[in-house]
Amino acid sequence: MTATPTPAAAPTPTPAPTSAAASAQAAAPARALPANVAALALGDDALVLSHRLGEWAGHAPVLEEEVALANIALDLLGQARVLLSLAGDEDELAYLREERAFRNLQLVEQPNGDFAHTIARQLYFSTYQTLLYGQLASGESELAPLAAKAVKEVTYHQDHAEQWTLRLGDGTAESHERMRRGLDALWRFTGEMFQPVDGIDVDFEALRESWTASVTAVIERATLSVPDGPQSGAWTAGAGRQGLHTEPFGRMLAEMQHLHRSHPGASW
Amino acid sequence: MVTTAPTALEAELLALAGSVPDPELPVLTLADLGVVRGVRVLAPGRVDVELTPTYTGCPAIEAMTSDIEQVLHDRGIPEVSVRTVLSPAWSTDDISAEGRRKLAEFGIAPPRSHPADGPIPLSLSIRCPHCGSTDTELLSRFSSTACKALRRCAACREPFDHFKEL
Repeated sequence: MTATPTPAAAPTPTPAPTSAAASAQAAAPARALPANVAALALGDDALVLSHRLGEWAGHAPVLEEEVALANIALDLLGQARVLLSLAGDEDELAYLREERAFRNLQLVEQPNGDFAHTIARQLYFSTYQTLLYGQLASGESELAPLAAKAVKEVTYHQDHAEQWTLRLGDGTAESHERMRRGLDALWRFTGEMFQPVDGIDVDFEALRESWTASVTAVIERATLSVPDGPQSGAWTAGAGRQGLHTEPFGRMLAEMQHLHRSHPGASW
Repeated sequence: MVTTAPTALEAELLALAGSVPDPELPVLTLADLGVVRGVRVLAPGRVDVELTPTYTGCPAIEAMTSDIEQVLHDRGIPEVSVRTVLSPAWSTDDISAEGRRKLAEFGIAPPRSHPADGPIPLSLSIRCPHCGSTDTELLSRFSSTACKALRRCAACREPFDHFKEL
């Protein structure tokens, strides 16, 4: 949990993509077959977002949303278990890897913020996941069976995020402003979703176009504007897949892994 | 997947595994739910069972597994391995007509059949399992479990769960 780029303060110059990838290779687990790289990237997305959503338990604005976010988290956790099991031992991968060995997008590790901020993260990610899994489901890869199953689940996540984006954006002045802030704050992490991943045979540029069209339609219906900043920054997006994460991720991992590391082999 | 025709013993064991009640919806059996994909006798006393989860993260799968092991052990099969298979993905269309009837009787609006792939818009009318009215509204897309949505009947004012189409 050391030396990560800090999002809020002290922007650290990011190494050029090639050297980031090279240093990540060194930090990655031994298995680096393309299929494992893909399973690890998608499995880490699902695991990390699942943990973030689980943090809402006991804090959501209404009981129905507490249950909804926990159910979405559970779907993601189920997907993570299957994906990480394709790449190795699920518990070892989840609980015993260091920060630099995680391959999730920086988007999913971002703290929950307020409810609108969480919904913005859900909108960006669930739209991506639905489109990506939809394509993987019709492919021939090892990921196809999981993708075919999960795409049906994440379509509900996307619907949930879209309905809330509309309700908050087209709601009160306060909810509109909060939804705008959430969308703006997370926009710079969205570019990373369209970086090609080894072992995922998908046209990521076409994926970006579909994603942009889908997200734009929802944001505009919600009487909001698509953020106009860059989708990646010199020191932010574009590094999670290479094992470079933002500062809050280390603290999240410390909490997620603490029990397993303190009590090896603990079970319910 | 089972490739050859099941033997009489396999058919018997499949019926037995299918008779296990669902741990979360005990009015349904696993056969009603359509989650037991096949039973295969690999050798005398050694049986392989294919089970598919409703949702990828369904926590009931572990209870289902141990319940299936138990009934087959009780039938005199010492070695039972229950494998989880994802493909082809389970769909609410796999719930039997009998299963749908039991769900409604239990107070859960059963899932509607799929016209095609993808979720059915939740705005389509869903019948209240208590009074039969179709004037019902969505309260939350996710209810007591991931597979259900929470609705309320405008006629009798009772809230109820709806088994979402998947």
